[in-house]
Amino acid sequence: MNLMKSDNRNTPDRSSWRDKKNKLFLGLVVTLSIVTVLPIFLILWKLVKEGISQINLDFFIKVAPDPLEAMTAVNNGEIIPGGIANGITGSLLMVLIASLIAIPVSILAGIFLYEHPNGWYARLIRNLTDILQGVPSIVLGLIAYIWIVISITKGFSGLAGSVALAIMMLPIVIRSTEETMKMIPVTLKEAAAALGVPYWRIILKVMIPTGFSGLMTGILLSISRILGETAPLMLTALGSTMINLNIYKPTSAVPLLIWEFYNNPNMVRLVWSSSLFLMGVVLVLNILAKRINSRFGNNQ
Amino acid sequence: MIRSREIFTSDKIAKVILKSASFLVLLLAAGIIFSLLKGSIPAFREFGIFRFIFSSEWNPTEGKEVYGAFPFIFGTVVTSLLALIICFPLSFATSLFISEYFKKTKIAGILSTLVDLLAGIPSIVYGLWGFYTLRPLIVDLGLSEQGYGIFTSSLILAIMIIPYATSLSNEIISMVPNELKEAGYSLGATRLEVIFNVILPVSRSGLVAGYILALGRALGETMAVTMLIGNANLIPKGIFSPGNTMASVIANQFGEADGLKLSALIAIGLLLFVVTAIVNAAGKWIVRRYA
Amino acid sequence: METTNDLRVMTENKMHIEHPALSLRNLSVAYTKDKPAVKGVTADIKRHSITAIMGPSGCGKSTLLRAINRMHDLYPEIVMQGEIRLNGEDVFNMSTTTLRRKIGMVFQRPNPFPTMSVYANVLAGYQLNGFSLKRSEKDEIVEKSLMDVGLFDEVRDSLNKKGTFLSGGQQQRLCVARALALKPEVILADEPTSALDPLSTARIEDLFTELKKNYTIVLVTHNMAQAARISDNAMFMYLGELVEYDRTKTMFTNPKDPRTEGYLTGKFG
Repeated sequence: MNLMKSDNRNTPDRSSWRDKKNKLFLGLVVTLSIVTVLPIFLILWKLVKEGISQINLDFFIKVAPDPLEAMTAVNNGEIIPGGIANGITGSLLMVLIASLIAIPVSILAGIFLYEHPNGWYARLIRNLTDILQGVPSIVLGLIAYIWIVISITKGFSGLAGSVALAIMMLPIVIRSTEETMKMIPVTLKEAAAALGVPYWRIILKVMIPTGFSGLMTGILLSISRILGETAPLMLTALGSTMINLNIYKPTSAVPLLIWEFYNNPNMVRLVWSSSLFLMGVVLVLNILAKRINSRFGNNQ
Repeated sequence: MIRSREIFTSDKIAKVILKSASFLVLLLAAGIIFSLLKGSIPAFREFGIFRFIFSSEWNPTEGKEVYGAFPFIFGTVVTSLLALIICFPLSFATSLFISEYFKKTKIAGILSTLVDLLAGIPSIVYGLWGFYTLRPLIVDLGLSEQGYGIFTSSLILAIMIIPYATSLSNEIISMVPNELKEAGYSLGATRLEVIFNVILPVSRSGLVAGYILALGRALGETMAVTMLIGNANLIPKGIFSPGNTMASVIANQFGEADGLKLSALIAIGLLLFVVTAIVNAAGKWIVRRYA
Repeated sequence: METTNDLRVMTENKMHIEHPALSLRNLSVAYTKDKPAVKGVTADIKRHSITAIMGPSGCGKSTLLRAINRMHDLYPEIVMQGEIRLNGEDVFNMSTTTLRRKIGMVFQRPNPFPTMSVYANVLAGYQLNGFSLKRSEKDEIVEKSLMDVGLFDEVRDSLNKKGTFLSGGQQQRLCVARALALKPEVILADEPTSALDPLSTARIEDLFTELKKNYTIVLVTHNMAQAARISDNAMFMYLGELVEYDRTKTMFTNPKDPRTEGYLTGKFG
């Protein structure tokens, strides 16, 4: 109604005030939008500025230094020796195990949801998946602690960390699988069925290959999400000063190392290089996922 | 006579496998609730559910153990709401930029990618940046002595939840039919007037849902908050005072916890789970119902 | 082979056909319980001929077609009643896989498998079913099937390219070749030219006329002219019922039912 009134009284100075307001608001929108993305540049700049000096070959192949070594180096004004090899191997190991646990189940459950758009059971599962996706990661850490640390490995372990991460991956991959499958033309499935292909072969040979890039995107995004997770690992994998590939033993991870470095005044400089590395990997995964996904989009 | 479809055994097996996979989701959700409940029982039995939730005492000294979750519930609610308030103008402006003013332009695409990037930054990296950049800023401004506290945490939380609030808002705003907007312009309305009189009323519930879902994110964020809130187990006196949230107290106190204290932390986890589940369900419900 | 139609009441729309390739008896299909999309259709379909199913949108013609190879089994909510016999054998007593290998299907829009080459698309029926073939057998099947649809010369040099790179008309012929490769007895075509330009349409029509020498073709079309051009027999369906079934020539020149006449003269549809 506002509109009509102002239109009727289109006196020159009123009109110019409306014009001004309009322009002011646009200015406000642009300014606030810039403020919104400013932190990204500030964060990346800080990581690069503070972290780049510590990044060298040793950083990737040596384990974290002990505090004494670090202190000596800092006192002598040298770069801190050692690296984050224990964190990198730990992260890789736990992401691998989490993927092995979560991906097959998630893809199957996602296909189930795609096949059942309606019905109370499918709706229940869909809602539960949404709820799982919203569960704070620290709570999943508690759960993995109760289920694995207390009952199975009788101590902090990489397995417990993997389980916490797997539960985080599950809903992401389930929903992205369902969305991917929905994008595949239904006639493709019917074409295969019309050739007398049994259902399980249609899934394995038609649906999954056709939606492969969509599935990969979901998987890569879920991995980039869990790679940076710290809180649940503090409650489960705990950390380790050595490279450890035994999933029944405490295991380190890059974000866990960042936390340790942060808490140790002598190693603060390693915080930045490790964060820079973590950020880089997450970025690459994100870009990769987007690339694959846009190719998938063009294919259809 | 309805023609029965004998389903080939291999088809049957495939269907059973798919269904079992989906059933695992059900089991998982049930298992999580069960384990949290079971783990909480000692604390609830010792203090009573009501007293546990509303008591402000937190004393781990052996023999005098008392645990009450109220300061953390309070801290969680306050930081998250404050974060939402800070987040709103930023993410709303960004949504208008991307889905209205510069819709489908290259610059909007870049902005949207950058906002997505915000979601990709790990919580601990936000925490570090907050600790080394934001906190000194707060100190320099004379807002608080140490720079820790509710406000600092909310500020970083606000940045963290922007992508979640923005992505749904973008979707909703760009779905407003052009005919409606054109109807507004044809009556001589300015862009601003169209935004507030046409776009907003049409997309209100969707926007609300987006902010509710973003709130759900803020409630459970752990690392960044843990690094910035100051970890004081009491009700904060003001927005620049230190406090603790449900998530941060679990992260902080877990290392030295067993027995009753562990149970109290699990009980806090249960409360956190319930609160986030309700908030998320409400958000999703609005999306499905109105958007 | 048993005769299937002698005990039933002959209705006026049912033509008498000796040794039909397909016979439908009182066939009903319902998407939801109280709204049947196909109501009690009874008809025999002549071997080695083209039978067209015509009717306005939503009359149930596609639904009827898809009942024949039990495509509806993919959707648990759909209920089928009645009887369908393929060469006298009850299709509901066969496994869907065996049945569908005997009955090929061509869809409205060309749907080659986007992950497969032209070569692999022709062999999809074998490959997806897990039948292993020798290289020479594969080559032979691919060549023969592509020859049959007149595509071989056009794609001879791009057999390893993705099937989706072909033009729409070529893709549709590729899909016919894919169905032929399994050596079916019947081909079901669901408005196969509705997404094609006139030239490609003409090629498909010629192809079907050629193929009917060896195959029984059931063609759903909402294009009356197409039915008149290439079909031997024609069904007219309206609101889920089979209104009239006759020789195409007879139906177009002398329709018995006023609804058929109305449709053919363009009064509705």
